[in-house]
Amino acid sequence: MRANSAAAVLIRGAAPYGEQPLDLLLAGGLIVATGAAASVDERAAAAEIIDADGLVVLPGLVDLHTHLREPGREDAETVESGSAAAALGGYTAVFAMPNTDPTADTAGVVEQVYRLGRDVGLVDVFPIGAVTVGRKGERLAELAAMANSAAHVRVFSDDGDCVSDALLMRRALEYVKAFDGVIAQHAQEPRLTQGAQMHEGEVSARLGLAGWPAVAEEAIIARDCLLTDHVGSRLHVCHLSTAGSVEVVAAAKKRGTAVTAEVTPHHLLLTDERATGYDPVFKVNPPLRTAADTAALRKALADGVIDIVATDHAPHASQDKETEWDNASPGMLGLQTALSVVIDTMLRPGLLDWRGVARVMSETPSRIGGLTEHGRPIAAGEPANLVLIDPAASWTVSGAALASLSANTPYEGMELPGRVVATYLRGRRTAGAGAGVAG
Amino acid sequence: MTTTVRQIEQGRAASGPTAPPTPAQTPDTAPIRLPRHLLSAGDLNRATAEHVLSTAERIEQAIAGREVRKLPTLRGRTVVNLFFEDSTRTRISFELAAKRLSADVITFSAKGSSVSKGESLKDTAWTLQAMGADAVVCRHSSSGAPQQLSAWVDGHVINAGDGTHEHPTQALLDAYTLRRHLGPLVGRRIVVVGDVLHSRVARSNVLLLSTLGAQLTLVAPPTLLPVGVQAWPVEVSYDLDAALVGADAVMMLRVQRERMSGAFFPTAREYSRSYGLDGRRRALIAPHGIVLHPGPMNRGMEITPQVADGAGSVIVEQVANGVTVRMAVLYLLLSGEIEMAGGTA
Amino acid sequence: MTVSPVTAPEIRTEILGPPDIARTIDRIAHQILERNGDRPVVLLGIPTRGVHLARRLGERLTAFADRPTAVGSLDITLYRDDLRRHPPRALEETRLPPGGVDDAVVILVDDVLYSGRTIRAALDALRDHGRPAIVQLAVLVDRGHRQLPIRADYVGKNIPTAFGDDVAVHLVEIDGMDSVELARAVPTRGAAAQSRQGAV
Repeated sequence: MRANSAAAVLIRGAAPYGEQPLDLLLAGGLIVATGAAASVDERAAAAEIIDADGLVVLPGLVDLHTHLREPGREDAETVESGSAAAALGGYTAVFAMPNTDPTADTAGVVEQVYRLGRDVGLVDVFPIGAVTVGRKGERLAELAAMANSAAHVRVFSDDGDCVSDALLMRRALEYVKAFDGVIAQHAQEPRLTQGAQMHEGEVSARLGLAGWPAVAEEAIIARDCLLTDHVGSRLHVCHLSTAGSVEVVAAAKKRGTAVTAEVTPHHLLLTDERATGYDPVFKVNPPLRTAADTAALRKALADGVIDIVATDHAPHASQDKETEWDNASPGMLGLQTALSVVIDTMLRPGLLDWRGVARVMSETPSRIGGLTEHGRPIAAGEPANLVLIDPAASWTVSGAALASLSANTPYEGMELPGRVVATYLRGRRTAGAGAGVAG
Repeated sequence: MTTTVRQIEQGRAASGPTAPPTPAQTPDTAPIRLPRHLLSAGDLNRATAEHVLSTAERIEQAIAGREVRKLPTLRGRTVVNLFFEDSTRTRISFELAAKRLSADVITFSAKGSSVSKGESLKDTAWTLQAMGADAVVCRHSSSGAPQQLSAWVDGHVINAGDGTHEHPTQALLDAYTLRRHLGPLVGRRIVVVGDVLHSRVARSNVLLLSTLGAQLTLVAPPTLLPVGVQAWPVEVSYDLDAALVGADAVMMLRVQRERMSGAFFPTAREYSRSYGLDGRRRALIAPHGIVLHPGPMNRGMEITPQVADGAGSVIVEQVANGVTVRMAVLYLLLSGEIEMAGGTA
Repeated sequence: MTVSPVTAPEIRTEILGPPDIARTIDRIAHQILERNGDRPVVLLGIPTRGVHLARRLGERLTAFADRPTAVGSLDITLYRDDLRRHPPRALEETRLPPGGVDDAVVILVDDVLYSGRTIRAALDALRDHGRPAIVQLAVLVDRGHRQLPIRADYVGKNIPTAFGDDVAVHLVEIDGMDSVELARAVPTRGAAAQSRQGAV
């Protein structure tokens, strides 16, 4: 860890979790005082004063599912540009998926990504290790080596692909118990989704695009929950997208299965009708589903059946998106718009309050990922990983203006509620006016 | 079906599969409204569809029996045939249609052009723009490609078949052929048989024929019907014999033997036995009934040679009608949009 | 020539009424017979109103000549030279009589002859149908202002017109009555002058 050389910061009148406003004094990477104690503290005298009147403060967001593309596709994103996008989105930690080139399936590559993140210093980057070599689903990668590396990998995933072989999935679940790891499964039965382009339903029938049936996701989740029970391990389900999957996870949790689940912002807001114009910016894996599914996902996130929001931020170069639908790469940007979409779909309708937002976007992802410095309470003595939000503001999304090197956002031109005003990583501003990153 | 989506997006509450949505047509009294591009059969309301067919009739009249089978109407206009997918039959039909209207025709076919060298769809579009194409007839193996193309070119885009999505001019020539033999199509019983799941011809025909008031029945093994077909304005049956009784017309779709590898049916033999049109089945339809096929046919698979070449088969006539109908489409599209009350030409 | 809606104040004068039109058609029929003698003619009406005039003319010719006259219609829409300037026009019927036009005396029939472009298009269309021996032109009204070197062989009535004028031909088959009207625009000198003149 680099020594934190940031000057002290006194945040005046921010409302933690939207509750009573108070002052926060940040120094030496920590929250050193809150409330009345903050302004009388001797370090407050030399502190930079931030007027946070009307702003909400939350623990810095943690994204358990991000694609930073480096190494291999630096034309679409780098650790640096992805970190900038994350910081602007209010994130202080992201977990980087291993579908890079070369694959992050060895200690060497995960350490490389870890170091890149540290050197950029805008967000803490925690590499996720691949479950199988090359993500080919044939044999296990050196999971222990990755766990013991400088990157301290605890989350493993073949995301992009499913660990579909039942025996391999069983072994992976068993193996990571040795270091309290968790397998994050991209649930997609390959035989049911060969050549699939979008959700299988009325819209796909109309548009003549090969269908991706919901059962291909649900069947794998059901199997994996049972395997997890059987071997006594931990399972995390990536980007849950269907009402049926919600039911499977709910039943498993009722049984006591150690399963957690994430949902993406786009699955909370968008449906398969978006495919109608054949604009591949709406092509994503798992695909956008029906309105009934989005309703079930929102309710599940509110109830806790779904534990967290994870962006599945997936940048793609323009030639991979401005092409025929079935030729296009699936995936959407998400880091800079996630909080606004959650405010729109969950907070405004009253499904979650700010405490709930903090839980699903910071505290729980941090816990699942095994982090100790993120998703902490806003209290004296805790690391100063915070995000300041203006709940009354709104902004219009423009792909070209986002920090990502790519522009494939499905919210192009939309006005979204809520705006990140500043993000602090260990007391140093990483986003917002005057930060190292243009806000 | 594009029109149906717009209706859904505009006002229906988010709901799962409840009652089937209203079919793609707007009310019968809606005026003729020619779209800028012809991407889907659903782009045509009833008055417009009938107008296209009447225009085709007039064009056929205009050149019937003449030695000079050419009209000067599109002289000086440029029509580009952009065929990313091999198709001699459709390509020639469009070429002939454009040439008979005296347009300049340029054909890009998949082999031996920038298209095959992997130039992107967008770059191809920009080349067409630079050439000043008035109309682009686009055939592509990816559903939606002509629609994407229409966003990048100024010319009028005509979908000549995109993936498994639509083939609107095929549906128009099918409707033209049906009308010629059956008269007005309102209430006519038409049976469409075959690989509906992968058929763009089926999708376009479902839209157009239901817009024109016909009653459609789709017959296929369950594996070859799309999930979501219950929302289409059609009846569905797995029993070909029952569906054919008294039908006014039967349209056979091409079924690829290669579908066996996707486990859609066990053997070609079993498919033919259950869903092939042979002489016995042919005799079940109404005495005035006709047999159609968009071609190319798999003789012996979905249709026997005797039926294909026999009485009441209008398969060859469909091809001739294709040129006439495509001439009408080119004429109407390249002259802009009109609004006319009623629907008589 | 189609009837165009006149929105400016105007004076309408009836030039021909029903008996006048009937007499005119009779006269033209006699002129055709006089000119062509025993040689059979083929009448091709130009849609829309030319078709009905051709049919009536054919009936009179048949009566006078005591032998049937071939009558048909020739739609010229696809041959117009101004297609790009207007939305797509609806196509009308083309129906050639069974004998065709090769080596025949073809008489094109239209209601109003104006710029001559319609007839020029008709000549182009006719040429693609075959090779008539002779082509003649019969019109109910010639209103002058030719833009091409085209003239009618048989004219019902010459009506000198100004550019702002409109000649409206009504036929009972389409409009419910027979008449030829001249609509002349009234020159206005401001609102006061307009209201003084009142509705015309």
